[in-house]
Parts: sequence; C-alpha cells; structure tokens
Amino acid sequence: MIALSDVSVGFDGARALRDVTLSVARGERLGIVGESGSGKSMLGLAMMGMVPDAARIAGEIVLDGTAMSGAPERVWRRARARKVAMIFQEPMAALNPLQRLGETVMEPLLVHQGLGRSAARARTLELFDEVGIPDPEARLRQYPHEISGGQRQRVLIALSLTCDPALLIADEPTTALDAHVALRIIELLVRLADKRRMALVFISHDLAAVARATERIAVMYGGEIVEGGPTPAVLAAPRHPYTRGLLGARPGIGGQTPGRDADGRRKRLPTIPGSVPPLSLLPAGCRFAGRCAVELSHCAAVRPEPYRLPDGRFAACHLLGAGT
Amino acid sequence: MGYFLLRRTVGFLATVLTITMVVFAVMNILPGDPALTILGIDASEQALAALRAQLGLNDPVLVRYAAWIGDALTGDFGTSHSYRVPVSELVLERMPLTLSLAIGGMVATVLLALVLGIGAAANHRKSGDWGVMFLSQIGIAVPSFWAAMLLVLLFAVHLQWLPPGGFPGWSDPVAAVRALILPVAALTIVQAAVLARVTRSSALEVMRLDYVRTARAMGYPRQRILWRHVLPNALVPIVTIVGLQFASLITGTIVIENVFYLPGLGRLVFQAIANRDLPLVQALVTLFAVIVVTVNFLVDVIYVMIDPRLKARA
Amino acid sequence: MNRHLTPNLILGAILVALVVGVAGLSLIWTPHDHALMNIRERFGAPSDVHWLGTDQLGRDIVSQLMVAARNSMTVALIAVLMGGSIGVALGLLASALGGWFEDLIMRVADIGFAFPALLFAIMLSAVFGPSLWVAVLAIAFINIPVFARVTRGAANVIWTRDYVAAARAAGQGRFAISRDHILPNVAAPVIVQATIEFAIAILAEAALSYLGLGAQPPSPSWGRMLSEAQTLMFMAPQLAIYPGLCIMAAVLGFSLLGDALRDLTDPRLTRSRQA
Repeated sequence: MIALSDVSVGFDGARALRDVTLSVARGERLGIVGESGSGKSMLGLAMMGMVPDAARIAGEIVLDGTAMSGAPERVWRRARARKVAMIFQEPMAALNPLQRLGETVMEPLLVHQGLGRSAARARTLELFDEVGIPDPEARLRQYPHEISGGQRQRVLIALSLTCDPALLIADEPTTALDAHVALRIIELLVRLADKRRMALVFISHDLAAVARATERIAVMYGGEIVEGGPTPAVLAAPRHPYTRGLLGARPGIGGQTPGRDADGRRKRLPTIPGSVPPLSLLPAGCRFAGRCAVELSHCAAVRPEPYRLPDGRFAACHLLGAGT
Repeated sequence: MGYFLLRRTVGFLATVLTITMVVFAVMNILPGDPALTILGIDASEQALAALRAQLGLNDPVLVRYAAWIGDALTGDFGTSHSYRVPVSELVLERMPLTLSLAIGGMVATVLLALVLGIGAAANHRKSGDWGVMFLSQIGIAVPSFWAAMLLVLLFAVHLQWLPPGGFPGWSDPVAAVRALILPVAALTIVQAAVLARVTRSSALEVMRLDYVRTARAMGYPRQRILWRHVLPNALVPIVTIVGLQFASLITGTIVIENVFYLPGLGRLVFQAIANRDLPLVQALVTLFAVIVVTVNFLVDVIYVMIDPRLKARA
Repeated sequence: MNRHLTPNLILGAILVALVVGVAGLSLIWTPHDHALMNIRERFGAPSDVHWLGTDQLGRDIVSQLMVAARNSMTVALIAVLMGGSIGVALGLLASALGGWFEDLIMRVADIGFAFPALLFAIMLSAVFGPSLWVAVLAIAFINIPVFARVTRGAANVIWTRDYVAAARAAGQGRFAISRDHILPNVAAPVIVQATIEFAIAILAEAALSYLGLGAQPPSPSWGRMLSEAQTLMFMAPQLAIYPGLCIMAAVLGFSLLGDALRDLTDPRLTRSRQA
C-alpha cells in the first residue's frame, strides 16, 4: 500500500529521519514504536506529505502504486483522505472547536465525495454507527467540548474513514485516553482494518498498545528504524539493546520476562538511562551509542547495517554482526 | 447564558451612569462660568445673572445632575442655545449620516483587514507577508485627516473622479454614496492597518493548532482551510479589537466629517463648540461615549455567540 | 550581528533621534524666523533660501516645521508625563492596597477607555475655549487609565516575588515596598508603554490642532499647517504634503522604537517570535 525506501528528512544540518525503509501491504497492521523524539511522528507526517515547510525530504515514497517523491502539494492533497488518512494524539485539539461534529464529518463528504447534504448526513450516521458512537443523531449536533475523549477519538476515526482510505495512520491515538477507553479504540482500529482491508500504521510509545494493535513492528530511535519484524517475535525476544531497554521500561509485555538479554541472562534495565539527545547531537554511527548498556568501542563512529535474522526480522546493531 | 447577560447588562448600565457623571462633572464642576463662556466677557452682569438663572446654574450641582438625567430618561436632552431647538431633534437629523460613515467604515475596515491579515498569515515570512506588515506599519502612523487630504488631492483635485467634500443629501442616493466614498476610505486606511496586524497574528496562532493539521490531513484546499477553519477560530481576538477600535472609529468619524464638511454629529459638535452651545456639547459627548460602551457591550455578547465553548460556560 | 539590533529598533531610533534633534535644534536655530511673513514671496518654490518653499503668507516652511516639531514633542512629553505619573501612582496604589480599592480603580480605568482624547478635548474646549492646554490635558487624561492598568498588572506580579515577601517580613510598609521594590521593577514595561503612548500623543495632538482644539496661531503645529493647507489644496497642494510626512515620521519612529523595546524587555514574547 505504501512503500518507503531510504527516506530522510532534514532540518538545516540535523536529520529527523535517516534512511527509513519500510512497506505496508493492504490489510496489514504495522506498529511503529519509540520514545518521543525518535522520529516516529515525523515518519507519519512524511507518509502524509506533511513534513514542515522548513524540512528537506529525500528518498522514495510510493503510495498505492504512485511515486510521490518530490510530488507538489496539490498531488499530495488529492491523495490525502482518499488514499491515506491520519488521526492524531490529542482528540480534543484535533477537532475544530467551532464545528458541530456532524459538520466536521460531513465536510469531506461534501468537498471530496460530492455528496448532497442529505446523503452526506446519512453517510455520517452510518460512519458514526460503524465506529461505535451511540445515539449518532444526537451527536451530529454536538460540539467537541460536549463529548468525552474516547468519543472524540471515534469521531476522528469516522472522519478519517469518510473517503475510504486504503491506509490509515494513527499517531499515538490512545495516549491521551484512559486505559480501558484506549483498549476499546485499539479493538475498533483492528476491526476496521480487517473489515475494510485497510492498511494501518499504528504509531505509539506504548508497547502494550502496539502489541495488541499490530502484526508487524518497527522500532525507531534517532530517526532510524533499529529493529523490525513480526510483533510477537520482536517483543518476545528483542535483539536490539534499545528495544530491550524499551521493554525493560515497561515490564510484563508480550509474555516475556523483562530485562532478559538475548542469552537469557538476567539483566535489569528498569529504564533506559538518559533521554533522547537533540537531533543535532546524535552520534554519526549508531545513534543509540552513548545510552547503550552494551556499547562497543566503534559504535559511536560506525553505522551498523541492518542484520537480517530468520522469519523476516532484522536489527541494526554491531553486537549481532560481531556474533555476541 | 441568562445569568451572564444579566450580569453584563447591569455592568453596562453602571458604566453608562458613570459616563454621564464624568461628562456632567467635567462640564459643570470645573472652574469656569458657562454663562460667561456663552455670552462673552463683554456681557453685562444682569445678562449673566439672567442666563445663569435660565440655565439653572444657581441650583446645587446634584440637583442639576438629577434634573439632567431625569429629563434624559424621558427623552428630553435639553435645548440647544444656538439652534433653539431640542437637542434630540438635532441629533436625530444628523445621526443617519454619522452612522452611515461609521458603519461603512467598520465594514470596509473588517473586510480589508481580514483579507490582508489572512493573506499575510497564509504567506508567512514571504514577500506578501512583509508587504502587508510594512503597509500596516505606515498606515498606523498616518493621521486619518492627512490620509483624507491625500485622497482628496488624488481623486478630487487631480483625477476629479469624486467630490472633495460636502454632502448633497439622501434624495440623490448616487451622489450621496459618491460623497461618502472618500470619507469611508480615509477612515478605513488607518483602522484596517491596526486590525490587519491583529488578524495576522491571531491567524498565525490558530494555524499552529492541531485541528488545522487535521484539516490539512483531510486534503481540503488551502483557501477552504483558511476561511472555514482558521478564520472563525481567529475571530475572537479580532472581534475584541474591533470593539476597542470603535472608540477610535468614533474619533475618526468626528475628524473625517470635519475634513469633508459632512453635516453629521461630528460637525455638529464642532459647531456647538464654536457657538458655545454647552447643552448640545454635553449631550453629544455623552452620546459618543455611550455609543462606544454600547458597542463594547454588544461585542461581549457576540463573543458568546461565536464560541460554543463560552456559551456553555456562560 | 547582534540579535537585539532589529530593523525596527534601528529605524525607530534613527527617526526618533531625527525628530527630537530637529525639535531641539529649533530652540537655538532655524533657517528663518518661522513667523516672518513676506507676502511678495508667498507660495515660493523650494530654493537655496527656502529649502521647502514658502506658504500662503510667505513664511519659511522648514522653519515652521522645525518649531512645530518642538511644539509637538513638548505637548506629547508633558501629556505623557502628567498622565503617566498619575496613572503609575494609581496603578501602584491599586496593587498595594488590593481589595475593593483595586477593583474600583480598575473599573474606573475601564470607563476611561470609553473616552478618546478627542471627546475630552471637546468638553474642555467647550468650557474653557480651545487652547494648547486643552490638548495637553485631554491627552494626559486618556493616558491615566492606560498607565494605571499596565503598572498594576506588572506590580501584581512583583508583589508575589520572594524579595517582596522578605521586605514585608522585615516590617517594611506597603508604601515603602511600593517605592523601593515595586516601582523600580515596573519601570521597564512603563517605559515601553510611554514610548508607544508618545506616538499616540503625537497623532492626537496633530488631530486636535488640525481641528482647532490645540495650538493656536501664531504658534505653528503640523496639524494646523495641514488644516490651513486644506483650504489651499487646489492652489498649493505641496503645502499639504510636508507636515503630514513629519507627523508620519515622528509617529512611526516612536511606535517602532516602542515595539522594539517591548521585544527586548519581554523575553517571553521574543522567544515565541523566534519559534
């Protein structure tokens, strides 16, 4: 559905994304995890053609069979909502506070789909029903501040589905929500992706959420994908020290005892020491160097190549190449 | 909502009452003898005494104030010395022209400022933005009466497209509108310069917000995002400034009427000063100030109407 | 380049220096006596003798503009100083006393905003007859609520600071604290506001003297020069240009300088502008 190869996004000197390669097929659900500042949100925006004006973007993006690299804004604009749609973290802030929910969801139907008002209204009611909004008739006339966070996120999901996109990007869709509400939203997204044969890119720092929502996972650090593969396999036996660190920071995920390294030795990593440095201060080699618990002497200087593992997994770490 | 309106209305009425006190105090308590001012220093002592008695100047201040307010509540705003007719009659006769000028100026100001401000924000840090900012900086520094004179120089003296001043009356609507074009333009230049800046910065704030990103992510055309999503949300501070600007719009109208010799309230108040017509001045100044606070009161109410979140809270 | 030296600051400072310099120079020197009439040389074109020509009475335009600059600056200075000091005092008092007194002051200040300078000038002119002092008083009046509000806002912040708490604990009274701690710390926003109000005062003075409520003949003022020029617009349009340009330069200078000073003294604003 979408394929990125060697996509980089740079802001004068600093690079927010470095040589990101990934693809998502129709009906497939991909998770992208990482701490804040890892570049995962920038990756989502790059897939929408919405990187900031000041950024320079390089590499290939193929969306639904069309090469979008270097495409002008109007080409991207035609692809948005119809081929690729996106929902965001803060459902209160993401909805126009002065628009009734009905108007918000009807807008793309009127603007893009050319429906009349009554048809758009009927379609909106169907969509509200599909995303599990109770009493859709009453919701049409309400404003965003009048409904709960979970309901707002459902409205945003309904909005994103208006033009039947083939790919839905969800950037931290559950972060601002209570745990049980978040769970329901995840279930909804999974069901929608399966039913509509829609590709789903689920961006989150919450490994539990990604574990539930996705089949494949890509772990990002410093603007790079450092590890990838089937979600259960990666979370059960992470190979990159960073992924292990993330798992250690959130114990009890994926049925794996936390803090166990590749050899099964107990190695407590309650949190990853330090925080993601500013983009301009990242090392030239492995970007995790400096925070890594098992760093080698050449890690900061030499960039590790993705090391391929069985069952389509890979990880970019010198430790794997060195056979440790 | 009801409670908010009630509280706001009480505040508004208190403000109006205070305004009448301030005007009355300035014009009646400050040292100075209105009778002497009216009749001039050559007047005889008998004439002065007679006029003082006629004006009620021998009564205590509070009695005079109460009489003034009491009469005003029954629609009697006093009698003009120089015109020898009730003030209310004069005001009603001159009011339509002043209101046309003020409302025309306000509408033109808002339209021009929104187009320039939103246009500048949409072209942030590009030449269009710098151009609008430069023009508005100049516009703020230009006195409205000078802008009016320059317009007259160009369009009346040089090109001779429009009349340089005067007002033919409403019986000939085309001529009346032609006579108002330059005055409205002069008012607009200065007012729009301020409002365009406010619009621009308010729009820039809104353009950073998440729901504008949502609108972009939905692939809406740029113009639609600007006018349907950014502008309505940017309106709250714009409406505030429009309300605050009304004070300077009233000033501007008074000045512009005098530049173009338009027989409205602004011209009337200057004739009243020239004629030493104190009751007329007192009534007109009160009227102008009350118009200003009334507009600000309405702005507060409009606020609540454009923002559903405030409606819920109020 | 120093990031504080913004184009606003440079242009504003240059214009202000120019206008104030010319106004100061007029105290000791003008090319001609500004009031000297010479009917034979009326409407003279610019020349070596009269750089910008002469007016309808043959008076030298440059000399009149220079004296008018001095008058304009004097009116603005006195009015802003008068209104500013009363406003600052009221603001400090409101902040120091708090409670109903603060509410009252602020409510009255709100009402003050309903009176543009012109309305005050109209009232005062009706009572006393028009004069330069009417213009000064009217502009001073409208400055009182502006400064009261700015001062009170800034002072309320300072009152929460630790060193104020320390001074209170040491037994210093509210008025002494206002004088020793609050006043020096509200100086920056007050000076910024004064610069901006100076620009507004110049505009107001020009409008008032244009309308005949300000400087009276023979004392020259930009506004009155324009109102005289207006009656001669068909005959001598050039007379309607120079005084307006002077007003514009003076107002632009003070408002640019005020904006630049505000950016310098309000780090919060500057940072958001860089972002």
